Amino acid sequence: MNDAVEVSDVARRFGDVQALAGVDLRVARGEFFGLLGPNGAGKTTLISILAGLTRADRGTARILGHDVASDYRHARRLLGVVPQELVFDPFFTVRETLRIQSGYFGLRHNDAWIDELLHHLDLTRKADANMRALSGGMKRRVLVGQALVHKPPVIVLDEPTAGVDVELRQSLWAFIRKLNRDGHTIILTTHYLEEAEALCNRIAMMKAGRIVALDTTQHLLSRFSGITARVSAPRLPAEWASRVHERRAADRRREFRHLGGQRSGEAASVGGSHPREGSVFYLGLESYAELERLIASFRTAGIPIDELALAQTDLEQVFLRIMAGTETTDEAQRVAEVPES
Amino acid sequence: MVQGAGARIEEAGGAGWPTLLSKELLRFWKVSFQTIAAPVLTALLYLLIFSHVLQSRVSVFGGQVRYTAFLVPGLVMMSVLQNSFANASSSLIQSKITGNLIFVLLPPLSPLEIYAAYVIGAMVRGLAVGLGVFLVALVVEPGVMTIAHPIVVLAFALLGSAILGTLGLIAGIWADKFDELAAFQNFLIMPLTFLSGVFYSIHSLPAFWQALSHANPFFYMIDGFRYGFFGLSDIAPSISLGLVAAAGVGLAALALAMLASGYKLRH
Repeated sequence: MNDAVEVSDVARRFGDVQALAGVDLRVARGEFFGLLGPNGAGKTTLISILAGLTRADRGTARILGHDVASDYRHARRLLGVVPQELVFDPFFTVRETLRIQSGYFGLRHNDAWIDELLHHLDLTRKADANMRALSGGMKRRVLVGQALVHKPPVIVLDEPTAGVDVELRQSLWAFIRKLNRDGHTIILTTHYLEEAEALCNRIAMMKAGRIVALDTTQHLLSRFSGITARVSAPRLPAEWASRVHERRAADRRREFRHLGGQRSGEAASVGGSHPREGSVFYLGLESYAELERLIASFRTAGIPIDELALAQTDLEQVFLRIMAGTETTDEAQRVAEVPES
Repeated sequence: MVQGAGARIEEAGGAGWPTLLSKELLRFWKVSFQTIAAPVLTALLYLLIFSHVLQSRVSVFGGQVRYTAFLVPGLVMMSVLQNSFANASSSLIQSKITGNLIFVLLPPLSPLEIYAAYVIGAMVRGLAVGLGVFLVALVVEPGVMTIAHPIVVLAFALLGSAILGTLGLIAGIWADKFDELAAFQNFLIMPLTFLSGVFYSIHSLPAFWQALSHANPFFYMIDGFRYGFFGLSDIAPSISLGLVAAAGVGLAALALAMLASGYKLRH
């Protein structure tokens, strides 16, 4: 049985930028798959190639066994894409928009499913409203409806919850989960890493056009399990240098809180709250027991600790560590070994 | 659900283009004051002003046809050509710039289907405006009701609208911003239509400008179309038909090649 998505050695260059540098990826049928990476990592280019919006310089991409270039008619019928940009046709109402999109796929009598979509996306009351009259969140929901209107077995959602309020996000995910339970393969890109952690069975992390991590969500979390200690200090005792997975200037410590320190539950915070100079070191600890040894090392070396905070590893921490280039997964390592032409 | 959905889609075949066509028709119909009524009014104003000023001063086809009657087919064809171009080009560039062209690019529509939908949509608008101009012109010049060769009229109207619809598609694909499209329209389409013999017979021009007019493809569309009305033309209608048809085939091939390559549409 063919995989839902099969990408083999796909590369794409835009001018001087190597957007994709030989990507290999397989997504099995029925998976809820996460595609993560910073802006410019190549996620949208990869999705665009799957959708036929961008052509690969080399390599092949297949949807349920159908090549997206040579057999594009079959491939596109089997794929639904929620684009990242909030785009709409201002000439039409919500219902007209969905009917038109359905018709493009040859489904001109699809009102029962369109009504169901409107219901699940909480758009029934807006069915006859012009697209221009909708809020950003509602427009986003219509985009989701357009991607699902032909009931594609493979659904790609490119940051579908950007700009969507929390309540709607929850109802949208409940609907997408239902589709996944019904057998649809879901491929998700999102900047909300807690969403990916909660929803995805397997995750690929991309960086600079390559897949640098590819594993089940649980394996990724367990592989990088432990505790991250954020230490503000003038310098680090030498024996802890190998444990640093990120280092920032001291005055940037607030970013840690924003990025996840507080959200994921800082366990402790000791020392002064206003580091005068030095750096903020992010250290991987295997357990809380190592904390005592860490503090003792500082004391022995005569280095004052300005501030110390602890956080459990979550997907965001894993993401940051991988993006910092200190970690790759075994599977990603194999991907990286694919030669470039 | 996966199997059911897949099977259902397979059964549907590749019949998406009629929806794209109906979307194109609905698009201009929703703003019909702007897309149909306004160009009809503009052509009527041309007819009233030019016929008032020139009816007694200009003789065409050796005086066999009144100037106002001569003017009607020219204005009808000019309206057909300009509106066919405007429909395809504006629809495409609006979709490109607002980004909603993605909804046309994601479905399994072939280049030929996209071409057919945009061009037929453009033809329908061009012909609707042309028919509107003809009907209101009948009030001013009832004599044009008698059409010498209706099939010829229809052939040139269909070919002319298809060619300008195709040119509109090409311009819409090529242009990256409204300014570029406006340049295409104002510096190419507009001069070629106005200098194609809409308002005069090219026999009234000096030799140099007559020769130059023969290099204008729009001249053959309007001259052949006018032959259909009066049985009189500046050059043989068979030559016009052949040249117009050849231009149509060439431009269609270019548009299809652009769509197939994804030029400025698919990266």
